[in-house]
Amino acid sequence: MPDINLATATAAEVLGALNNRDISSVELTQAYLSRVDALNGHLNAVITVDHEGALTAAKDADDARHRGEGGILNGVPLLHKDIFCTSGLRTTCASRMLENFTPPYDATVVSKLKAAGAVTLGKTNMDEFAMGSSNETSYFGPAHNPWDLSCVPGGSSGGSAAAVAAGLAPLSTGTDTGGSIRQPASLCGITGLKPTYGRVSRFGIIAFASSLDQAGPMTRTVEDAALMLNAMCGLDPHDSTSADMPVPNFHDALRGDLKGLRIGLPKQYFSELLDVRVANRIQDALKELEAEGATLVDVDLPHTQEGIATYYVIAPAEASANLARYDGVRFGHRCDDPTDLMDLYARSRSEGFGSEVQRRILVGTYALSAGFYDAYFKKAQQVRRIISNDFKQAFDQCDLIAGPSAPGVAFSVGAKSHDPIAMYMEDVYTLSVNLAGLPGLSLPAGLINGLPIGLQLIGRAFDEATLLQAGHRFQLRTDHHRLAPPFGEIS
Amino acid sequence: MSVTASDVAQVALLARLTIPDDRIDEVTDRFTRVLDLVAELQQVDTDGVLPMSNPHDMEQRLRADEVTEVNERDHLQQPAPAVEDGYFLVPKVID
Repeated sequence: MPDINLATATAAEVLGALNNRDISSVELTQAYLSRVDALNGHLNAVITVDHEGALTAAKDADDARHRGEGGILNGVPLLHKDIFCTSGLRTTCASRMLENFTPPYDATVVSKLKAAGAVTLGKTNMDEFAMGSSNETSYFGPAHNPWDLSCVPGGSSGGSAAAVAAGLAPLSTGTDTGGSIRQPASLCGITGLKPTYGRVSRFGIIAFASSLDQAGPMTRTVEDAALMLNAMCGLDPHDSTSADMPVPNFHDALRGDLKGLRIGLPKQYFSELLDVRVANRIQDALKELEAEGATLVDVDLPHTQEGIATYYVIAPAEASANLARYDGVRFGHRCDDPTDLMDLYARSRSEGFGSEVQRRILVGTYALSAGFYDAYFKKAQQVRRIISNDFKQAFDQCDLIAGPSAPGVAFSVGAKSHDPIAMYMEDVYTLSVNLAGLPGLSLPAGLINGLPIGLQLIGRAFDEATLLQAGHRFQLRTDHHRLAPPFGEIS
Repeated sequence: MSVTASDVAQVALLARLTIPDDRIDEVTDRFTRVLDLVAELQQVDTDGVLPMSNPHDMEQRLRADEVTEVNERDHLQQPAPAVEDGYFLVPKVID
């Protein structure tokens, strides 16, 4: 192996080594697979490893490079969250319901990253059907945080975050319905971007809440996130909600300084409820952005608190409709010896879904049922518009909004798993962003007692470029994103 | 907002889920706590506010009414638990 430390390597670095012919994709892929094999027993970050498929793809990438061909991520290994359908490769959504499901097609994100030359190493652990903020609802057991193995990595994209933090791959995909990219990125000390709703195709992503779900990159650096977003995004005829909007080159957009950039600070994100240690880290980060030429302004997001209630009506309601497809008939878990059709449906679903998924289906079904629809679902959709308008008004006074990504650092496995409400509060700073369909970026902002915390930047719809530019400037000034957990070095 | 165990059982029936008798109290308790959380919505004045179902208020994009896909029925039925002659097999429900 040439001089690459896989525990901390970025995609840009391995791409440089590949392009210089310092290393082949086969060698690199073999090395990452060895790390997965050696470390995953401690992390449980990966559900399925595809040794054979990865080495075949790596060989193809090397051949393409020799011919002078290959996409923008040619030969770079990555892991996919196990919510993306991968043709011929088991896709479980971390549920018993799909324990043995092998999709007959690729998600658009998967086919786009393949076309860019990325090499799929395997599929990462997650909360079951992406419902959770700790990775503890996974049928395959919790993933562990490489900064402290007794702690959760966050969720739902917890396996993806833990894997990148521990150097099992330089890149991973995640999905974010209420914070599921940004909160685990914060808790694992990596960079995570939730793009604008519609920026990335949802085709082939196992649906949770269709008006909120969005896929994005989970990486060490903003530069890698920009590279990966370039490969992932764009209009897709297979997803009628994917946006027909111009796509800039996000990597080119990293250039330039922050002079004149106005960063809004919502007073609701810095209330006395915020852990003072987190508040201090965020204030330190804001000083760095000011030193780059940005100015800070106060803004108001008065319905931040009601965002939680709004989300926990809309997301379960949409989930209850989306998960109606798991009926034991066409695919997924089927119970043994059903006595009649009702028994087939009810027992297949009750055996196949875990308790958090069942709880959300029940809440969602209730919110949509006759007599309660207006009081819950319609009301939540009205408050959603008010929240969206709050953001629009705030963006009259600023270009980005800043705050914490999560209320605190990683917590111990089991600490919140018996209290759904405490778990739901993990996403208080992130879920309004999904309700408004805006892009959000979590950046490593330092450690508190050896555990990472993230700075969140929120942008205007379809303005990921400004988010990434600010994030990149921040990372040029700081080394928080260069910190790696000691765990990855032990191997 | 309080719900009873029988309310929860009725919702479970609508959702095609079975809740074992020894878990119904626990499920009802947690269900009630979630409803208490979302009750906060009722404090917001939403008079005259249009419900928002898509964050960009997008309109449904239409395409030309042309055949664009080939028939892949056998391929797409591969994950099914049981099929016969292109049909999904389910237990017999009418004697």
